[in-house]
Amino acid sequence: MLRFLTKRAGDGILTLAALVTLTFFVMRLAPGGPFSSNRKISPDILANIEATYHLDEPLLQQFLRYVWGVVRFDFGPSIRFRDYSVADILISGLPYSLTIGFWAVMVATVTGVTLGILGALKRNSIIDYSAGVIAVIGIAVPIFVLAPLMQVYFALTLRWLPVGGWGDSWRNLVLPIVALSLPNIAYISRLTRAAMIETLRENYIRTAVAKGIGGRRVVWNHALTGAVLPVVAYLGPATAAIITGSIVIETIFALPGIGRHFVDAALNRDYPLVMGITILYGGFLIVFNILADILRGWLDPRVRNE
Amino acid sequence: MSDTSLAPIPQSTLSLQMGRFRQNRLAMASIVVLTAIILACFIGPFFFPFTGEDANFDAINQGVDFTSIHLFGTDNFGRDLLVRTLEGGRVSLTIGFLGALVAALIGVLYGAISGFIGGRIDRIMMRLVEVLYGFPYVILVILLSLLFGGGNIALFAAIVFTLWLTPAVIVRGQAQSLARREFVEAARAGGMTDGQIIVTHIVPNTLSTVIVYSSLLVPEVILSESFLSFLGIGIKEPQASWGNLIQSGTAAMSTDIRLLLLPAGMLATVLFCLNFIADGLRDAFDPNDR
Repeated sequence: MLRFLTKRAGDGILTLAALVTLTFFVMRLAPGGPFSSNRKISPDILANIEATYHLDEPLLQQFLRYVWGVVRFDFGPSIRFRDYSVADILISGLPYSLTIGFWAVMVATVTGVTLGILGALKRNSIIDYSAGVIAVIGIAVPIFVLAPLMQVYFALTLRWLPVGGWGDSWRNLVLPIVALSLPNIAYISRLTRAAMIETLRENYIRTAVAKGIGGRRVVWNHALTGAVLPVVAYLGPATAAIITGSIVIETIFALPGIGRHFVDAALNRDYPLVMGITILYGGFLIVFNILADILRGWLDPRVRNE
Repeated sequence: MSDTSLAPIPQSTLSLQMGRFRQNRLAMASIVVLTAIILACFIGPFFFPFTGEDANFDAINQGVDFTSIHLFGTDNFGRDLLVRTLEGGRVSLTIGFLGALVAALIGVLYGAISGFIGGRIDRIMMRLVEVLYGFPYVILVILLSLLFGGGNIALFAAIVFTLWLTPAVIVRGQAQSLARREFVEAARAGGMTDGQIIVTHIVPNTLSTVIVYSSLLVPEVILSESFLSFLGIGIKEPQASWGNLIQSGTAAMSTDIRLLLLPAGMLATVLFCLNFIADGLRDAFDPNDR
């Protein structure tokens, strides 16, 4: 296990290094720059500004400068948000994204797995079809349609929950969490259902039933471990994506998370911020994939992590 | 001579599976509905004397009226909503099905190879997936539009580029478990090569998960297309797609829900059909379910 962890940690650092290198150079191939706007800046001023951010240096030198900064945990200044460093921006937005993302992953996993199992146990029943309908709605109705509808109904008509924003109350969290988890509930419940139907036919389940183990225990102790394997694999990358926020959710519910920077930083060509958010997301991705592999190895001894 | 003395006609696995599929009434009904929608999208617009891009300035924002030529009314430019939805369906359904199919195909093969072979190859292949996941998507889209000129090829590339990654991760996990099953060991003992085992044993056993998963990819592709056209690649106004119809329908949701309901309803219907077809296929292909 320790050998596996050190190996994967080493792999992770190499992966991150590859991602940083690739992103740094390929990003510059995109036309335009942080200071190209409709307002023309005089060439002298532009040259001065670019020199401030070291954008006038050869690309390789800029890269080495950036890497040297990253090694010292200095991710540079944001070009778009003057006076803020990339670290400031990410650290200030991260708690919001993490909180909502964490609960969205929890809600999606528990609801999705439960719906999937119920559907698999009572195939082609009312429960199965209702679970399917929920899955279809979760995918087919885009968040930018569903979220405003929820705001109108739960916040404006019923007045149960606030429309948006961030407060001390858990009430602010409910709508964003639901909106963020719905598409994932769809994927997780469909994956669980398909895997559960298959697992229930395995020999070890038949053995367990033949030994006289009751139906409920067979399902929850024996079949579930096999049925959630694809879900765990899915959750590795999905968790990284969910906890780093979503621009749509943050815009609709007026939340100060970091999801918006994934789109805005790239459109603004805010190079240091693009790099910072890529490193953050890549780091989460690597960590959650390692966790998913460990969990799968624990659930299914056939997936040996040697 | 009675029939009972004859040997049973040999049947291929595929024909057995298709036979099982045909007995699933819900799946067969879904195929009929789906075919009807596809035909309507591709042939339907020819029955109207105008296209979805023609504006009728005498009938702007007309409501649902089955007696007039604009059955489901018009939008704020006086363009026929039904014809626009049908024309949008051509693009959206093509991209949705093709994108999901190609992504699933690449993902399954990649994941099956990575999970089955394991070891160093698996480590390298999966780390490559992580790098591709991590690369900033908006930058990628900008570069693809530069490379392919912002047309349908760029759109397709932008969709497939990231879409195959998750199926690859899921299939790789399945393949890891399958690689240590008895029948794989038996196949190896029987002299099959790795490639043969992957194609004949690993891939078919991951299909049930993949079919169910890719049926959900189709609507995801159709909806993500509207985000991509916001970034300047793919379908642009005045050409219609379900993605941009739903988006502009959402903007007008509070005043005229009709603009949202028709395209969103079509998309939901397609998704319901796909769902039932996928479940039917899953049941039919299940090797333990005969």
